[in-house]
Amino acid sequence: MKNKITAIAILALLFLTVSFSAKTEKTYGWDVEHAIAVQELTKHYEDVTAVDHISFGVKKGEIFGFLGPNGAGKTTTIRILTGLIKPDGGKAFVAGYDVLKNPIEAKQRVGVVPEVSNAYVDLTAWENLALIGKLYGVPTQKLRENATSLLKEFGLYEVKDKLVRAFSKGMKQRLLLCMALVNDPEVLFLDEPTSGLDVESARLLREKITRYNRDGKTVFLSTHNMEEANQLCHRIAIINHGRIAAIDTPENLRAQSMELQYIEVAFNKTVNPQDFSGNPSITKAVPAGNKVRIYTADPSTVIAFLVEYAKKNNLRILSLNTMMPSLEDVFLKLIRGKEAVIQ
Amino acid sequence: MSTLTEQFKRSLVIAKKNIKIYYLKGPVIIFGLVFPLFLALAYIIGRNVPLKEVLPGLIGMTTFFTATSVGPSIVPWETRSKTLERLLCCPVALWTIIVGDMLSSFLFGLIISVIPLALTLTLGIQPLNFMLLFLGLIIANLCFAALSVLLSAYPPTDVPATSMMLSSLVKFPLVFISGVFIPIEQLPPLGTAIASISPLTYFTDMVRQLFLSRGFYPLALDFTAVIAFTMAFALAAIKLHEKTLTKRLS
Repeated sequence: MKNKITAIAILALLFLTVSFSAKTEKTYGWDVEHAIAVQELTKHYEDVTAVDHISFGVKKGEIFGFLGPNGAGKTTTIRILTGLIKPDGGKAFVAGYDVLKNPIEAKQRVGVVPEVSNAYVDLTAWENLALIGKLYGVPTQKLRENATSLLKEFGLYEVKDKLVRAFSKGMKQRLLLCMALVNDPEVLFLDEPTSGLDVESARLLREKITRYNRDGKTVFLSTHNMEEANQLCHRIAIINHGRIAAIDTPENLRAQSMELQYIEVAFNKTVNPQDFSGNPSITKAVPAGNKVRIYTADPSTVIAFLVEYAKKNNLRILSLNTMMPSLEDVFLKLIRGKEAVIQ
Repeated sequence: MSTLTEQFKRSLVIAKKNIKIYYLKGPVIIFGLVFPLFLALAYIIGRNVPLKEVLPGLIGMTTFFTATSVGPSIVPWETRSKTLERLLCCPVALWTIIVGDMLSSFLFGLIISVIPLALTLTLGIQPLNFMLLFLGLIIANLCFAALSVLLSAYPPTDVPATSMMLSSLVKFPLVFISGVFIPIEQLPPLGTAIASISPLTYFTDMVRQLFLSRGFYPLALDFTAVIAFTMAFALAAIKLHEKTLTKRLS
């Protein structure tokens, strides 16, 4: 009996030496309307500043796009927000918790689809979901229900007992989304979730992201796909060299770059774009297939000029379209400057 | 305290996952089963020494090799497959993962090291105090498991073979300086001094006392030293893994 007590005491002592007490105080960053609040967040890797004093807020129920070129600081920001790495400065609040002071509490309320597929390939789909569910402390019955319903919803129920090693990229990505959702999180972090997927799988994932957002989940979406960001996001932040270059709705971002709008005109004969270079309203004219693309901040004046030009040169206008700048144009303008887009 | 309990439960979940995935990996089988088996055979066969005399060294060596066979490979494997990032995204502290890895390494060592002990009992060789011996076996397995996880911390490699090789560089010299092959009392003073820095020395000495009633150190010191090494290795493993985590994830 004495030996048993000694054994238990020794084991308890060993356990305590490797444990820390966790604070569970709930602190709101900006206000209760925000699911994510970031203030002056900074992270250096040796002499490189990966994230440079960035601040932004993501409202509850929003799909927030996070765009930027490779190495801009997107993944570092996501890793800080998901508690993987510590920042060198600033604050970050997720679901009301300070990710620095209460990382466990913050992580308890989020689901993450990381950039690289990382389900356990030596476990089955069901075992992967069960593992993540248990690590989130989801009660067994609830876990079983959630896992079954998610696997059915994402078309993986039939293969739930197969090793993930045998899954295609699309299946793995769907499983990762299931794993991110198994704890019914308040906030979803998705790091390029549709990267490398076929059209059908990518569309399915986008549909599910929209659906879960409609159900009230806040989504933080990092993506390279401008069309995806345009379709899904309520607001978009563009990050470059570790700094936020712009944050707004896709429409407002485009509206702020009206100098990037252009007119595409096709005549019945080939014309030389140099003919238009003398017009002060035209920023640049470039050939685009059998058309001419004319960049202008004043489309109505240029349209009048083109009609006049056609009459004067005995040409017929076959088509004429005024195009708003795409999100890609806005992105390129912010990253590389206006000239890069027009070129 | 409830957070602590919850985190410990999650360590058990991680340990269970490790058991499913890593126990049957090639390097674990080689370093944890095949290698100690052949080393034990080489140690016993052809020696004109009663089994009871070689038992302490045999149990010490088996326990040491098996309990340190799983730990060095888990973190590098998980770094390579990016599952470490997946685990860290979950509401678990780094120490929770380290304790989970330690527990899986510990269980592997305990299960295998019970085999020579059971064989001993079957052959009618009784220890002086079975409960104390079993307690010592548990603590020693924890100690060596903690050492194995510590050995996986640096360098922060994602190649399991590198980690296994580097851990072997530490493990083999430890076996030779720990009184496994030659009892400590027969070592020269310098050898005794060197032996005192190895946790295996104290475990082997403990087993020797519990089977042969003779040892170099007092039994209480053997227990205290193994517990102290366990705590030091566990804390060092957590701190070192914390320090190298950013490099691992980059």
